[in-house]
Amino acid sequence: MLSTHQQPDTAIPMNMVEAVNQALHDAMAADEDVVVLGEDIATNGGVFRATEGLKEAFGIRRVMDTPLAENLIAGLSVGMATQGLRPVAEIQFMGFIYATLEQLISHAARMRNRTRGRLSCPLVIRAPFGGGIHAPEHHSESTEALFAQIPGLRVVIPSSPARTYGLLRAAIDCPDPVLFLEPKRIYRLQRLPVARHGDPLPLDRCFTLRAGTDVSLISWGAMIHETLAAADELKNDGISAEVIDVATLNPLDRETLIATITKTGRAVIVHEAPGHGGFGGEIAATLASDALLHLRAPVERVTGYDCPMPYFALEQQCMPGTDRIVAAAKRTLEY
Amino acid sequence: MFTRTPYECHTRLAVDGQWHARPGDDRWARLIEGYRTMALIRQFDKKAVNLQRTGKLGTYASCLGAEALTTAAGQTLQPDDYFVPYYRDQATQYLRGVRLEQILQYWGGDERGNDFPADAPAVRDLPNCVPIGTQLTQAAGVATKAKQRHEHTAVLVTCGDGATSRGDFHETLNVAGVWQLPLIVLVNNNQWAISVPRRLQTASRTIAQKAEAAGIEGFQVDGNDLPAMLDALDYALDRARHGKGAILIEAMSYRLSDHTTADDASRYRKASDLHAAWQREPVARLRQALVEAGHWDGDQEKAWLEHCQRQVDEAIDSYLATPPAPATDMLDYLYANLPPALLAQRAQLEQRTTGGHHA
Repeated sequence: MLSTHQQPDTAIPMNMVEAVNQALHDAMAADEDVVVLGEDIATNGGVFRATEGLKEAFGIRRVMDTPLAENLIAGLSVGMATQGLRPVAEIQFMGFIYATLEQLISHAARMRNRTRGRLSCPLVIRAPFGGGIHAPEHHSESTEALFAQIPGLRVVIPSSPARTYGLLRAAIDCPDPVLFLEPKRIYRLQRLPVARHGDPLPLDRCFTLRAGTDVSLISWGAMIHETLAAADELKNDGISAEVIDVATLNPLDRETLIATITKTGRAVIVHEAPGHGGFGGEIAATLASDALLHLRAPVERVTGYDCPMPYFALEQQCMPGTDRIVAAAKRTLEY
Repeated sequence: MFTRTPYECHTRLAVDGQWHARPGDDRWARLIEGYRTMALIRQFDKKAVNLQRTGKLGTYASCLGAEALTTAAGQTLQPDDYFVPYYRDQATQYLRGVRLEQILQYWGGDERGNDFPADAPAVRDLPNCVPIGTQLTQAAGVATKAKQRHEHTAVLVTCGDGATSRGDFHETLNVAGVWQLPLIVLVNNNQWAISVPRRLQTASRTIAQKAEAAGIEGFQVDGNDLPAMLDALDYALDRARHGKGAILIEAMSYRLSDHTTADDASRYRKASDLHAAWQREPVARLRQALVEAGHWDGDQEKAWLEHCQRQVDEAIDSYLATPPAPATDMLDYLYANLPPALLAQRAQLEQRTTGGHHA
């Protein structure tokens, strides 16, 4: 059993799915109350191998293969969390998460509130999400906006190995329920240094990935990579783009969003989900109400089209590409 | 020993209060205590309905007819066991240490009614569960925790017959079987899910038989019969505490009330059926049995009912005298710490509701 006061080791290169795995190992070693559960997560180590080695390290009482029932996984997690465990449940793909909605909305997110603090629900639901891996139908959705409106439920989306590690550790430590959405298209995109036994990251701050002065590119999840690529292209054209990774959709760090618009006066919001009713609308409304006089152009949204995520033959055409982000940024400058 | 099958209802008391099998001498005190609770809750329930009728309580789900099975649950649970209710479990909650005024507070629209006393066995129990059947999977989670920690405790969850149509019910029995959870699922089969009768919920001969498909034990008990319910729950909870697995109990009862105070059962329930059900109701039946055995009499009855009236009136007075919660409570308990994103809303709410002054 490792001590809870491990010094951070030297950073070692990891991809995002390895960072998830490392965070789970470290959290389980640090706190006996942390348990993981889900479909195929114990013996098989998860279909993406995010939970590999946990059963061997911590045993089947803490690493539980559940029957195939997502609603059950959520209800089990709620029950365990109310009694002091810290369950980290895996929903295999976001396309199968909807059976958990009733437990999340009606119970997990309001347990502390409706018992006036007597019980709480410190659970984490992890789910891979988003398109771009040529997956079967129903395996490529981005429905984060459905969850971001649930009061009491934190919604967290990392976009790099280090933020995956730090945000997942923070989510597991957090006394509130957290939906932790993992952009699976970039699970194995690159290996970057991550400190083992590293520190958690804040759950209510945006990350400024690149400083700029002309336009703010605001995104989260896998789209951060197209957004960074767009910032590179814009730089070649002499345009200085600031890149904000929202990372925590609920609660939302409005301060950082307002601050970046105060600086640049222009906003392009990028997400993979459909634009209609998408979370970009909430950010656009925040900018309109709290930063209107700093805006020099209408807020641009670059999003998936208002259709179900196409089956993989057409999915690339639906997801925002760097070209659409660059064009939108230029429109704000030409306004 | 008692009959435990899914197809034959275990009964100790005949409808007229005659004993099928008389209890041993050491059992009477527990039955008398049970009767006292049942009589108290019957009065409480009647007054709660009246409070709703006079505008002093919100929509209320009556427990009329459920007194025996819910009292037995409260009498058989140990303090360190766990109770996961649905919403007709007033007697069980009361016996777990939830105050009557808190039950009123809950149905009066105030979440503080779910903040059970810190020194009560109920302190870890889940609050009432309104979305049908969703408490079942949670109870399996509580039982998983009890098993994971090697506790010698049991988890009791209740639901109605309507809830057995939900996937939650089957998912719960299923995982309880696979994981051998210390979980007792007690179905209050009161024959009605609002207006839909039991026969339109399932074509199964009994609800108890559904345990068989999950690989766990299931049996039927007369839910209007306190000693029969005590037999059933003593057996089931003891097995669960000793790691012998989950059990489904179908308690046969009858909802003598409307579904809630917002319902009118005369639209769908025959008066003759209700009349017939009153002949089997649990409170009078146990009283007759106690009187018949020489363990209760008219003087005791009169004195106890007077006591109940005082206790219920005090609870009502206390409920009605409780000042409303500060409006900011709606935000203050949502997260462990109020996120900065909510500070402005909270300030506005406080300004609007207190004029900027703390109440």
